[in-house]
Amino acid sequence: MLAKRIIPCLDVRDGRVVKGTRFVNIRDAGDPVERAGFYSNEGADELVFLDITASVEKRRAIIDVVSKTADAVFIPLTVGGGIDSPEFMQELLQSGADKVSLNTAALNNPQLIKAGASRFGCQCIVVAIDAKRANATGKTGGSIKNLHWEVYSHGGRTPTGRDVIEWVTEAEQLGAGEILLTSMDADGTLDGYDLELLAAVTGAVKIPVIASGGAGTLEHLYEALTTGGAHAVLAASILHFGTYSIEDIKKYLSARGLPIRPTGTERYIEL
Amino acid sequence: MTEIIIIDSNSANLSSVYKAVKAAGLEAKVSDDPKIIRTARALIFPGVGSFGHAVAQIKNKGLHEPVYDAVAAGKPFLGICLGMQLLLAGSEEAGCSVEKVPGLNIIPGFSKRFPAGLPVPHVGWNLARPVIKSALFAGLEEGAYFYFTHSFYVVPANDQHAAAKTSYGLDFVSAIQSNNLFGVQFHPEKSGPAGLRLIRNFGKIIADRL
Repeated sequence: MLAKRIIPCLDVRDGRVVKGTRFVNIRDAGDPVERAGFYSNEGADELVFLDITASVEKRRAIIDVVSKTADAVFIPLTVGGGIDSPEFMQELLQSGADKVSLNTAALNNPQLIKAGASRFGCQCIVVAIDAKRANATGKTGGSIKNLHWEVYSHGGRTPTGRDVIEWVTEAEQLGAGEILLTSMDADGTLDGYDLELLAAVTGAVKIPVIASGGAGTLEHLYEALTTGGAHAVLAASILHFGTYSIEDIKKYLSARGLPIRPTGTERYIEL
Repeated sequence: MTEIIIIDSNSANLSSVYKAVKAAGLEAKVSDDPKIIRTARALIFPGVGSFGHAVAQIKNKGLHEPVYDAVAAGKPFLGICLGMQLLLAGSEEAGCSVEKVPGLNIIPGFSKRFPAGLPVPHVGWNLARPVIKSALFAGLEEGAYFYFTHSFYVVPANDQHAAAKTSYGLDFVSAIQSNNLFGVQFHPEKSGPAGLRLIRNFGKIIADRL
């Protein structure tokens, strides 16, 4: 049975891991290559690097981070941030990334999804969506009938006027292999994922959805994977500051009956 | 004679496979030159992406002939993901749409898309359970989690070619074997310790043959 994935997310800026709350208040959380190795040894199922530098002159630094990580870490690696051409995708994939995550550039030019999927395969293309409640007063406010979410671009700074469900459906049709869905309302709050958003998106597409933004407790992760219908959970704050280890998370989810890849597989290496 | 040659068919996972093979302690080189490929003791055929595109790449570069020769000579051969699917007679896959495309036709059978209703691609870690005694799965006999990402699965015409199976809505063949020819649907290069073990097992198969 397909295991639910636990994916640490490393927001990288100028070669360092950082994590913000509600997309601001950046705090330093370590060296990306070292953190990647640490999480992989702990039993992480995959890793995401989101390069929030994204300034054109500095963004090539991420290629070096990816290459060094891929030398030592043998789990899937997704890279996002400032990827705006098939050529840059190819450079990242050749450096050892397995998937690229597209956000703003795909909103500006949806054909980029198609170009990437036809050249590298749908499995390489993750479309990241930053979603914000458009007409609700609070996290659980608003009537279900009126509930909808707006897509934001440029790292959550720019409202696009696009509806999340409409965009996610288009991304799937263009060849996206996975959706990385971040709730801007919940991100960094530790109050839990936006489960209504998750359920709406997982109900709208067939491709796997990775839930991001808001995890503060183990129960939150469980809810995202069950009520929310997510295939995987992205976690940053609760891991980077040591609230829980990957092992804590996996033991808990496994005890709650979810299919999980066990930790402690190092024994396989002994011939 | 170079130990292992990893066939460069412009596959997106090429560098990851190379890095994992090195980390498993094996000597390897990447090449798309048919002459160099013929000098290999063993071949690894990585692959991701679209079946039709990959078949066209291989034929354009003239890589199919050294592959046929290596298999005929009984050299250890490991196809990964699409690199395994290409060994069969054909696939429904071309790009991301569905149509019949011929493969290398080394193993009878074909690749088929997962049925409607299942989330596709099948992405993530799933259990591969060996169904025969296979040197490739030494130490992994009870089954281990490996990383998968694919929308098509192989259906060998002969069930004896099935080496491992995995459940995803249905039981599908996740590894094939015919003498020294091996194929895995999952990505050992991205499957942590279990994947590195499988690659080391492949190295042992090469060493034991000498």
